[in-house]
Amino acid sequence: MAAVQTSGERALNKVAIVAVLLVTIIFLAPIYWIVATSFKPRNLATTIPPTVMFEPTISPFVKLFTKRSQLRSPPSAEEYAAAPWWERVVFDGGEKIVRDGKGQVQWSGYPSRFLNSLIIAITSTVLAVGMGTFTAYGFSRFKVKGEADLLFFILSTRMLPAVVVAIPMFLMYRAVGLNDTHLGLIILYTAFNLSFSVWLMKGFMDEIPKEYEEAALVDGYTRMEAFFKIVLPEAATGIAATAVFCFITAWNEYAFALIMTNRRAQTAPPFIPSQVGSGLPDWTVIASGTFLFLLPVAIFTFLLRNHLLRGMSFGAIRK
Amino acid sequence: MTQIELRGVQKFFGAVQVIKDLNLKIADNEFIVLLGQSGCGKTTTLRAIAGLETIDEGDIFIDGKPVQHLKAADRDIAMVFQSFSLYPHMSVYENIAFPLRATRKSKTEIDSEVRSVAKTLQITDLLDKKPSALSGGDMQRVAIGRALVRRPKAMLMDEPIGALDAKLREEMRAEIKRLHIKQGSTTIYVTHDQIEAMSLADRIVIMHAGVLQQVGTPDEVYSQPANLFVAQFVGSPVMNVTDAAVAETASSVSVTVGGAAAGFEFPRALLSKLNGHAGGQLALGIRPEGVLIRREATEGFVPVDTHIVEPLGSFDIVDLKVGTELLRARTKSGFVAGPGERVFARIDPTQAHFFDKASGKSLEVRL
Repeated sequence: MAAVQTSGERALNKVAIVAVLLVTIIFLAPIYWIVATSFKPRNLATTIPPTVMFEPTISPFVKLFTKRSQLRSPPSAEEYAAAPWWERVVFDGGEKIVRDGKGQVQWSGYPSRFLNSLIIAITSTVLAVGMGTFTAYGFSRFKVKGEADLLFFILSTRMLPAVVVAIPMFLMYRAVGLNDTHLGLIILYTAFNLSFSVWLMKGFMDEIPKEYEEAALVDGYTRMEAFFKIVLPEAATGIAATAVFCFITAWNEYAFALIMTNRRAQTAPPFIPSQVGSGLPDWTVIASGTFLFLLPVAIFTFLLRNHLLRGMSFGAIRK
Repeated sequence: MTQIELRGVQKFFGAVQVIKDLNLKIADNEFIVLLGQSGCGKTTTLRAIAGLETIDEGDIFIDGKPVQHLKAADRDIAMVFQSFSLYPHMSVYENIAFPLRATRKSKTEIDSEVRSVAKTLQITDLLDKKPSALSGGDMQRVAIGRALVRRPKAMLMDEPIGALDAKLREEMRAEIKRLHIKQGSTTIYVTHDQIEAMSLADRIVIMHAGVLQQVGTPDEVYSQPANLFVAQFVGSPVMNVTDAAVAETASSVSVTVGGAAAGFEFPRALLSKLNGHAGGQLALGIRPEGVLIRREATEGFVPVDTHIVEPLGSFDIVDLKVGTELLRARTKSGFVAGPGERVFARIDPTQAHFFDKASGKSLEVRL
């Protein structure tokens, strides 16, 4: 009987559960480390052995978002009392927040780098997935001359390691004035993701029976309407999966962002490690920057999780 | 009022010609079945009429107007696919309403038309469901509803019930027929199932290898097959086809099958009707019900031995050894006990067909 477990099977189950737990802990440990460090006071960040129990503080995040200067002497009692609660944690660390003449807080480079990352990653994802979807539809539904060769060519653009072309790309970008621009990185990431997007979407498109569109064509719709009303909703699963992968690639890209940008269009990945506190690197600030940087991908993947689980469209067509 | 006409239609897929010079006129309200094996060009013909496939030569007319330059959307034709292809992300209601949304109809008009079609097809209680929650038969009803709702000029059906199981297929066959009688629209129906074709069609169009073989009422294609292909494709159990030699005897004509000692007796009129084809180029076709058997020796009946008996419930099919050939005869159940029995057989001349072996064409011998 399959339902009845022997004692051997039960023991095996327990071993499996322990193994799964171990693997999970190993995988989650670095993430825990980042999150924990981003809430630690600076002096606990690099203790040996590592500090596990501590009183969480917001100071790394305050430091992440602001410009600060070292205090020569402790703040006066009025100064301390007048400061908002989040500023006091910086005082405690021996620093003070830099304000302009009007008393406005001076922001650090992080928010603008984060925004750059969002703009560049989202735009290049939309472009790569959009163009990939159209291209894949074309390859999937129409007779294209030399289809196999063209698809191979598209794939071949990924065969060279990207860093190999970094220097020529840098020179070309400098010549046309694309370095340190949003457009430059958007074009670059779109180009990198496009071949992947075409191939992945082609697989999904091939799985959508062409009878769906044909039914729509006969029912009085144009090819374009049929594409948007029928094919696109059916391809949602594939589009979501492709978008997640493209977004992660563009979001995490480090090498080109480091070479091609330095200020205006710099993304978060090259900025985060460049952050040093006054004196030695402040690991808590780097950790808090990394922690916030991890969130968009996690949120994006979480929002699309239903689409990533396949099987929604099954059963409506008889094969 | 919708007539459809195909004139000299040719279609190639690369070097393969899938439709060869097809000419066909379909009258208003007619139920036409395109019948043939897979790959015979019947589905391509249907798709060409729908506008899903271009043709390389010839003309297609709908109501006298050529339609080659029209897109599928502009031909005002509805199609039911074998796979039903209901849009999975839409409810049954939305599926049926979808063709109407392409027109400029108001919401209330669309609603009333969807509900009236749903009522006709008895699927009103399914309107809120998603296609994935439906049974095969219901999916097909919805697909037909989606085709009917626009009141198209013509309905095209590509093996609409081919994916259903046998019992449901029989039910749906009756339903489609009932619906056609009630709605009365020009219908072209593609199938490889000759029983479906016989039971549904006003006229059957039989195709083979891209060539039209015969067009006729179910009775015509059954009782007057134009060639060997039609003769063997239509009818179950399959027609016996064997080489035959015709010889004149004192009182009549004898047709010998499989080099047997005794020939089957035919009236003298056969000779003149064969018109000189009596040589070795002759094939005899006879349906199992045209092979008559007696248990006792009878005038005009030839002694033969039984071979295999297939009991089929309402009747049996008995293989008779005639010389080197086997003739299948249809008998009452249990008429013959088993193999090796001596019985007496005769071929009913009025049910016999003669074909030219070389061309496969019927010699149109009717006795």
